[in-house]
Amino acid sequence: MSIEIRNVTKRFGTFTALDNISLEIPDGSLTAVLGPSGSGKSTLLRIVAGLERPDTGEVLLSGEDATRLAPQRRNVGFVFQHYAAFKHMTVRDNVGFALKIRKRPKQEIRERVDELLELVQLSGFADRYPSKLSGGQRQRMALARALAAKPRVLLLDEPFGALDARVRAELRDWLRRLHEEVHVTTVFVTHDQEEAMEVADRVAVFDHGRLEQVGAPAELYDAPASEFVLRFVGDAVRLGERLVRPHEVVLRRWPSDGAVEVEIERIAVLGADARVDLADGSGERLTARLRREELEDLDLTRGEIVWASADHFRGVASAVDAEAAQPLG
Amino acid sequence: MLSRLGLRVTALGYLTVILLAPLVMIFYRTFQHGLEPVWQSLSDPNTLHAFQVTLIAAAIAVPLNTVFGILCALAIVRRRFRGKGLLNAFIDLPLAVSPVVIGLALFIIYAPRGGWFGGWLSQHGFQVLFAMPAIVLATIFVSVPFVAREVIPMLRELGNEQEQAAGTLGASRWQRFWLITLPSIRWAVIYGVILTTARCLGEYGAVAVVSGRIEGHTETATTRIDDLIQNFQTSGGYAIAVVLAVIAVLVLVLMTLTKPKEEAA
Repeated sequence: MSIEIRNVTKRFGTFTALDNISLEIPDGSLTAVLGPSGSGKSTLLRIVAGLERPDTGEVLLSGEDATRLAPQRRNVGFVFQHYAAFKHMTVRDNVGFALKIRKRPKQEIRERVDELLELVQLSGFADRYPSKLSGGQRQRMALARALAAKPRVLLLDEPFGALDARVRAELRDWLRRLHEEVHVTTVFVTHDQEEAMEVADRVAVFDHGRLEQVGAPAELYDAPASEFVLRFVGDAVRLGERLVRPHEVVLRRWPSDGAVEVEIERIAVLGADARVDLADGSGERLTARLRREELEDLDLTRGEIVWASADHFRGVASAVDAEAAQPLG
Repeated sequence: MLSRLGLRVTALGYLTVILLAPLVMIFYRTFQHGLEPVWQSLSDPNTLHAFQVTLIAAAIAVPLNTVFGILCALAIVRRRFRGKGLLNAFIDLPLAVSPVVIGLALFIIYAPRGGWFGGWLSQHGFQVLFAMPAIVLATIFVSVPFVAREVIPMLRELGNEQEQAAGTLGASRWQRFWLITLPSIRWAVIYGVILTTARCLGEYGAVAVVSGRIEGHTETATTRIDDLIQNFQTSGGYAIAVVLAVIAVLVLVLMTLTKPKEEAA
C-alpha cells in the first residue's frame, strides 16, 4: 500500500520539526528516512502512524485521506526504538495482541503467532516474558507483533538504534530478507547512512525539518542534490573550491587544467584500497582514495608534490555557492 | 564493622522504645486475665457496632479513593492542563493538615446552623453531622493521597510507549487502559489500596470531631477506644486496640509481600 505525504508541517512550540514536507512512498517499497537527530525524521514516521497530528498538510494511505484517523484505525505496524514490549505479557501474548483486539478465534491466533515466531526465529521463546529476552530478540518480537494483523504499512523508528553493532548488522540483513518475503510497504527511520544505503531501495534524506533529497542509494551518492546530502551520505573532501568524494580524487605527477598542487603527507594501505593524506599550498588537508594498483603505478612517496583533480566529478555543482549562502561551522 | 553494628543497635533500640514497647504493653494488658474477658468485651453490641461503622466507612472510602487516585495520577502524569500543579499539591493536603482541622472544616461546612450546606441539607431532612455521612466524608478526606502517590511514580517510569504500541495494534483508549496501563501499574495500585485501607481503619481525629461519638450509633472503632478508656472501661478499650494492632501487622505483612514483586516486575 502506498503512502503519500502532502505539504506536512509540524511545530513543537517554536521548533519546526517538519517544514512543508511532500513525499510519496510507493507500494511494496523499502524506504529509509535518513537524517541527523532533530531532523524531523521520527516525527514524520509518527505522523504517518497517527501518533502525532500534523499542523497542516495531509497523509494519504492507499490514496485515502488518513490525516485525522486515530492510530488504531490505520492498520499500520509500528516498531519502536526501545521495543515497547508489553512487559506483563509473554512473547506469545505480545505477538497475538493485535489479533486478540480483533477478537479472532483462539485457534487462529495460536496458529498465526506460531507462524510469526518462526518467521522471526523465536519459536522456542513463546512462553517467556520480554525481560528474559536479549535486545535483538525483543526487537524481533516487536516486529512479529507489528506484523500479526497484516498491516498495510510497516513503520520502524530507529529499530536497531539501541542494539550493539554485531546484532545490528544481523538484523539489517534479516529485515532486508523479511521484506523480500512479506513485501509489505516498509519505512524505517535511521541516522546511520550506511544502514540506510545497505537496507533500503529508496532513501529520503532529511535535515532541519526539510526533505533534502529522495532517491535510490546510488543516486544520492553519485548525484547529491545539496552539499548536506553530499556530506551526510558518504565522505566528502574539499578540492580547491569544490567538494568531492575521496575516491573521485585523481593524482598525477604533472599539472593539468583545474588541478591543485598538493604535498603527500601520509600513505595508508587499507586492503584493496589505499588512503593518501594530502595538503595543498594553503595548508588545507584532503584525502584521496586510490586502488592499490593506481598507488603502485604512481609510485608515490611521502613528501612528494603531485597534482590532484576530480575529472569525473558529478557532485554538487554549486557547492561553493551553497556554502556562501549557508556557511558551515 | 563497629560503626555498622552501632547504627543497627541504635535503629533497633529506637524502634523498640518508640514502637514495640507500647505495642507489647497493649498486648500484655489485654491478655493479662486470659482470653475470656477479651472475647466478652469484643462481643459487646456497641463495640461490634463501632467496628461495623468503621468497616462501612472504609468500604466506601477505599474504592472511591482508588478510582479517584488512579484518575488523578493519570491526569497528573499524562495530561497538560492549567492548575495541574495545584491538583498535585491538593492531593497531599490531607497528609499535611491535621485530621482535627479537616474535621473542623467539615463541621463548618455541614453544621445544621450556620454551615454552608448544612442548613439546606437539614431542611431537606438529610443529616450529615453526627451521622454516617460525616464519618464517611471524613474517612474519604483523610485517605485521599495514598493510591495517587503510589501510582504516579509508577506511571512516570512506565512511560507511554507501550500504550502507543497498543494503539497502533488496534486497541482503543479503553482497551489500552484495561489491557496495558492497569496491569502495568497493578502492584502500585494494590500497595496504595493497602495503605488506604490501613488509614481508613485507623482514622481518629477528623471522625472524632464530626461523628458526635454516640455509643451504638456513630462510634467508630478508634473513637470507641477513647470513649471506653475515658469511662474507665480499660479492658474493653485494650481489646479493640489489639484488634486494630493485629490488622496493622497484617497490613505490614501484606505490604512486604507485595513490594518485592513490584520491584521484580
